[in-house]
Amino acid sequence: MTMRISADEIALRSRDIIHDLKPLEGPMLPILHALQAEFGYLPDAVKPIIADELNLSRAEVHGVVTFYPDFRDHPGGRHVLKICRAEACQSMGGDDLADRVRSLLGIDFHQTTPDDAVTLEPVYCLGLCACAPAAMLDGAVYGRVDEHCLSEIVAELRQ
Amino acid sequence: MTVTVFIPRDAASLALGAEKVATAVAGETAARGLDVKIVRNGSRGMLWLEPLVEVRTDHGRVAYGPVKARDVPGLFDAGFLSGSDHPLCLGLTKEIPFLRQQTRLTFSRCGVTDPLSLDDYRHYQGLKGLEKAIAMLPAEIVQEVTDSGLRGRGGAGFPTGIKWKTVMEAAASQKYIVCNADEGDSATFADRMIMEGDPFVLIEGMAIAGIATGATKGYIYTRSEYPHAIATMGEAITIARKAGILGPSVLGSVHAFDLEIRSGAGAYVCGEETSLLNSLEGKRGIVRAKPPLPALQGFLGRPTVVNNVISLASIPVIMHRGAAFYRDFGMGRSRGTIPIQIAGNVKYGGLFETAFGLSLGEIVDHIGGGTATGRPVKAVQVGGPLGAYFPRALFDTPFDYEAFAARNGLIGHAGITVFDDTADLMKQARFAMEFCAIESCGKCTPCRIGSARGVETVDRIAKGIEPEKNKALLADLCNTMKFGSLCALGGFTPYPVMSAMTHFPEDFAPTPLIEAAE
Repeated sequence: MTMRISADEIALRSRDIIHDLKPLEGPMLPILHALQAEFGYLPDAVKPIIADELNLSRAEVHGVVTFYPDFRDHPGGRHVLKICRAEACQSMGGDDLADRVRSLLGIDFHQTTPDDAVTLEPVYCLGLCACAPAAMLDGAVYGRVDEHCLSEIVAELRQ
Repeated sequence: MTVTVFIPRDAASLALGAEKVATAVAGETAARGLDVKIVRNGSRGMLWLEPLVEVRTDHGRVAYGPVKARDVPGLFDAGFLSGSDHPLCLGLTKEIPFLRQQTRLTFSRCGVTDPLSLDDYRHYQGLKGLEKAIAMLPAEIVQEVTDSGLRGRGGAGFPTGIKWKTVMEAAASQKYIVCNADEGDSATFADRMIMEGDPFVLIEGMAIAGIATGATKGYIYTRSEYPHAIATMGEAITIARKAGILGPSVLGSVHAFDLEIRSGAGAYVCGEETSLLNSLEGKRGIVRAKPPLPALQGFLGRPTVVNNVISLASIPVIMHRGAAFYRDFGMGRSRGTIPIQIAGNVKYGGLFETAFGLSLGEIVDHIGGGTATGRPVKAVQVGGPLGAYFPRALFDTPFDYEAFAARNGLIGHAGITVFDDTADLMKQARFAMEFCAIESCGKCTPCRIGSARGVETVDRIAKGIEPEKNKALLADLCNTMKFGSLCALGGFTPYPVMSAMTHFPEDFAPTPLIEAAE
């Protein structure tokens, strides 16, 4: 099911979210997180609205959005799989795991499978360094990821 | 009689199946009609034993681990609810050598209590430090912290008391306590464990900091990669507010202090304090030049204490037991305890809180038990991605800020990644440069451009292109980055690179690839 959201709808829902969070000190990141949670990504259309509400230029808003790896400018897959690429995971075969995942899914990092099932992202540390290698699927964490664990994750993705 | 079973809710335990274990225990309990209370505690920090299930008995808590969901029926059959023997039984938890050898001051409750139970918190000496602080003058609190010798546990090692004093003496209508919980270094998870396993201790520490410096508002800036910590911390703040620990009158005193948790968005550099402040203000996480110091012009240009989670979480015990008690642990100018995180390719990985001064070799070989793969330890990286790689020859280095600095390393946030003899240190040096290039905020040239050139230079060495000339170039580049970068990202990336080149020269002299062989 593809849902197309109209520009008016985006504007309406964005303004509600922004109004709720605007009283915070430094409201920008909470707003961006909330908007991404709402739409699954940050549509271009929200930038001028944030700029207007926070009395900033569109360039400033664009600058903030593009600084942070978490914010995406297009919809991701239904699932997001993050594989840790940092040193502790490297010491436990993290590079091999990354290669295995890439070949299993047929995509590289920062890509989404053609059926929109999963987006693959690198992550630099999940704080699971004493049970490496580690992965995160939609917020659920996995440690000591081996072939068996990987097949569990892939089964989860297929659902 | 109700039997209490402890099953951790720590993210690392969950990553190893703790949720399934909890479901299985609840299922067996219901099926067998037993009276069992399941407490979801934090982790004890013994990761090779997770999920570690504990049962409260008359003799103390008995541990079983690592428990898989499929082991649960067998545990019930064996009578584990009364602490009976079973192949997974580890005996009394407190007698497990890895725990018994520790000095748990900051982590005294972590893994012991229900992280969201204020009753548990109070039962295990919680709020004693805050109660004492309320009865003191701000200058006395600051003096106590100064006297304890506590230094910033985030890595920089700056004396916490001095920082507080600067903020206390700064005149402003609004001051802030900002907790740096942006724990991005690989091999570190102490902040996460505290936030998930004993969140009230951080709240208490921040409230004391607020009273000492006159700050009435606090922020915990943590990572989006830590959803479990964010959730637990958020719940704890709500509970603390309801209980009057936070709010207009902290524990009924004249002091006001409240707290919010904020999530970063995947940028490693935001662990640098000035970049963190910009991010908290809603800007790009670009590093600021110092001065002005954040203590004078920090969040929104106002006086701000920026302290690491572990620094703040160590405050309650210092206030409760006194500066002298804390200062008596440690060596040289490194006083108190440090939660060492032993990670990577290690047999007994986890969190080990101890006084400063253990040698690196004791930590890696004796406590960590060597590698998980059973192969020889080749190198350990101490202090995260910006820390140096140490060879076995330097395993006599004591765990101490100055001792590591004297050997061109740093203890950083006290994370240690162990590598076995299959590691290629040239590859690790390349990764250090690559990571810096990915994460650089872009403000200063040595970091932004130097890291990209660093990757290219390592690649040329790897291909056997003028290796001696390029090794000299890489060393020169490291020198420029070290002294020319604005913050620790560009400034410390040379540590892993140079240490890899210095201690593992053989890895930088691979057989040159013969191109176009066919």
